[in-house]
This record gives sequence, structure tokens and C-alpha cells, in this order.
Amino acid sequence: MKYLCLVYLDQEHWNACPDHLCGQYAQELVDKGKLLHGEPLHDISTATTVRVRNGQVSITDGPFAETKELLAGFYLIDAKDLNEALRIAEGIPPAKHGTIEVRPVRELDMSGA
Amino acid sequence: MLTLSIEEIYRRCSRAVFARLVVEFKDFDLAEDALQEAFAAAVKQWPADGVPNVPEAWLYRTARFCAIDAIRKKSRLQPLPEEDRPGTIETESEFTVEEVSDELLRLIFTCCHPAISPDAQIALTLREVCDLTTEEIASAFLTQPSTVAQRIVRAKQKIREAKIPFDAPSKEELPHRLPPVLKTVYLVFNEGYNASSGAVALRTDLSKEAIRLGRLLVTALPSPHTKGLLALMLFHESRSVARTGSSGEIVRLEDQDRSRWDQEMITDADGLVRESLAEGLPNTYSLQAAIAGVHAAAIAAEETDWNEILGLYELLYRLEPTPVVALNRIVAASKVHGALHALEALNALLNESDLQNYHLAHVAKGEFCLQLRRLSEAKEAFQNALQHTDQAPEIRLIQTRLDGL
Repeated sequence: MKYLCLVYLDQEHWNACPDHLCGQYAQELVDKGKLLHGEPLHDISTATTVRVRNGQVSITDGPFAETKELLAGFYLIDAKDLNEALRIAEGIPPAKHGTIEVRPVRELDMSGA
Repeated sequence: MLTLSIEEIYRRCSRAVFARLVVEFKDFDLAEDALQEAFAAAVKQWPADGVPNVPEAWLYRTARFCAIDAIRKKSRLQPLPEEDRPGTIETESEFTVEEVSDELLRLIFTCCHPAISPDAQIALTLREVCDLTTEEIASAFLTQPSTVAQRIVRAKQKIREAKIPFDAPSKEELPHRLPPVLKTVYLVFNEGYNASSGAVALRTDLSKEAIRLGRLLVTALPSPHTKGLLALMLFHESRSVARTGSSGEIVRLEDQDRSRWDQEMITDADGLVRESLAEGLPNTYSLQAAIAGVHAAAIAAEETDWNEILGLYELLYRLEPTPVVALNRIVAASKVHGALHALEALNALLNESDLQNYHLAHVAKGEFCLQLRRLSEAKEAFQNALQHTDQAPEIRLIQTRLDGL
């Protein structure tokens, strides 16, 4: 079963976790066959928002959400169940500085196609 | 075996069969439907064929067949042919105490998984482990049945979609998986013990149900925490007869007829709390149990060792610095250092916490004022207490105090 572990950090802790620690942990997960994909993200100031409303494309700078913790990266993992997913999430280095949101991945429902 | 009615058999063993089905099929609704079908079959078959020697084994096999059949129907496969249907062969070894405990334990840990919100944990436990209806749960917790139903549906959906396993935790996981289970069991106990203003009479004695789960936890996972919790519940339960008067009113601890306390339960609890404290650091349950134990050891209210109780509350406050523990510590201190000192401390606590909404804080203030012969202040405090409770027995108790002024 796939789970997406979303890493959230606030500005103060954005760089608290050195890349090599994350890379090391990602490699451990790859070796165990648990990591499908994982990437860190650039700062929120680099984000651009796209919306399509009534056929009109709107592109804006941001988002600048009020929330203090922002998406900093993700790990797409393969785990037996939620308990294993939570154990893996516990080990993600930025868990010590921010929060990790663990979400089960669902299958697209193509029956309406 | 004596002939038991199907209703009695349902009460006695439906949850064990249900736990086994849930653990096996990992699906609450499927298990529940299958169990109901099996009982419907029993109602038809048993009066003619007689009750099987091990009814739970019969029910389990029949329900298991129904569940498999339902899965096959759902996946548009052929139903099982008649001759493959289980439920005719009688084996006695399928429902040992150990197996049943093991499955119930897995079910409890699933219902109390920390990924489920605390409100939903208790609702789900009462529904799936204790077999209460949503109406009964709503009544016990003064909420709407629709709210309870929604919590249960969401929790089951999360178990299914996030794939929370139907399993007891590993040893490494136990430290963060056990606390929500203990908390839920204690909440179930308290709900039964306090029997709040619920309008629907419960079929199940929630306190006894919680003690049963507490015993199960002590047997499966003996630890200072599980032993402390069971001891605490047993100490409280030992006074259950003495704490209610002839017309249903609450009898305060100091006014209870101590000869009516259940000494067997007290001995049991005493042994458990001693083991709990000897085997590890004190925890919130073992300390509360130890406090209840000091009360239990006093032959008369005036013989109570309040110094000991105050010391235990000091320890408890260090573990759990909450306003409610602070309030209890002040009440214990009033017995050691006098009401004036306690009243000052309580006024300070009322100013700095949200205890103004807690009726027992005002009751305590009323009692202190009464002891200090400050009658008008006592009256005001008891009247404040009345504003903050809707539990009928509590209201009557406070009213009695007011009438006495």
C-alpha cells in the first residue's frame, strides 16, 4: 500500500535538517524497497499558483497561506499498513523539527470514464 | 450443558465471535452482518436440533461462511455449494480463553489506535467491543446519536482506507499505543460509575464491562500501568453499593457505610496497586489507585490518613499538573492544614484556571466556607455549583447541602 509522507516545516526550521541526513535516510528506505519516490522542495517564495475558472487561466504568485508550517518535501513510500508507514515517517529526519503528514494514496476510480 | 436461551448466548459470546470475525476479515460491517445472519440461523435451527456444545464455535463457523458468501456475491462469484457450508461439525477446541482474549485485545487496540481521534476511539470501542448501540453511546455522553454515528463511520472509514491493521502493537510500539487504550477503558468505567444524566437505560453495566477489559489487559500485558488501572477501577467499584442511597441519591465518601464496601475487591485491588508500584515508576493510574487504597484502608472516615493522601496527590500533580488534580490536592490539604489555608489556595486556583465551569470546584469552596462558618459565601458557592452540572444525582446532593444551611 502506498502512503505519501508530506514534510512540513516553518521558516525558522526550514534549513534545520542538513540534506545529507535526508539523503541517507532516503537511501536506507530505497535499500529496504520502501521508497518509491521522494523530493525536497524549494522555498514557498518560489511557488506559483495556477487556476482555471470558466476556461480562463489565472496565474498568481504564492500561495501565501496563513499557516506557519509549509510543505518542504515528500516521500512516497510503500508500506504494509499504517503502522509501518508511521514507523517510516517517524524516522524522516525533519520529523524532529516540523511535522510529517501521512496520507494513504487512493486508486483513481475510472468507472465513470 | 444447561439449555441457555439464544438471547443469553448472544450476550455471553457474541463479542468474542465478533472479535474473531473482525480480526479475520478486517471489516467491521461485514463481520457484524455475518454475525447477525448466524444468529438468525441459530434462532431457526437450535430449537429443533438443540443448542450446540460450543455455541460460539458453531456461530463462528456459520458467520464465517456467511461472510465468505457475502464476499463472493460481491465479487459476482458463485455462492458456496450447500455441502461446503460449515456449522455442522462440532469441535470443542476452537474457542479457548487465550484465543478469545487475543482477538478482543487486537480489536481494542484497533479501536483505540492513536490515528483515530479520542472521541471516536471511545465511541468505536463502546460500539464494537462492548456492543452498545449508537443511541446508548449518545445518551451516555450527552451527544446526538447522529454525531456518534458519524464519528463511528469516519473512524471505520479511516481504518479501512488508511489501512490501520487489526493487530495488537509490537513491544516497541506499546509505549504510545497503550495510553489511549487505558484512557478509553477508564472513560468507559467512569461513564458507568457516574451514570450521567442519560435518558436511555443501558443494557450493559459499563463499569463491569470496563473491569472485564481491565482484567484482560492485565492478563495479556501485565505492567505497572495496566495493574494500576485495574486496581483503581476495583477500588471504586468496591464502594458502588455504598455510594448510592435508597432513593438513588449519592452518598458522599465520608458518609458511606464502610461495612458495605466489597472487601474481596479491595484485597484484589490492594495486591495490584502494590505490584504496580513495586514494578516501576508510579503512573497516573497507580497513584490514583494508591489514593483510593488509603481511603479503603480507613475503618472510619475520621481514621483516614490524609497526610499520606496529600503526599500521593503531590506526586500525582508532578506527573499531571492539571487544574483538577490541583483541586483534589487542595481538598486533601484542607484535611491536613485546615480550611482557611485551603480556601486561599482554591481562590487562587479558580483565578488562574478554567475551573470556574467545574461544579466540584464550587462544591469544595462551599465545604471550606461551611467549615469556616462563612454561611453566605458557602451558599453562593453551592449555588454556583448548581449552575455547572446537569447530572440529576449531583444536583440533588448539592441541593441537600444548600437545604442544610
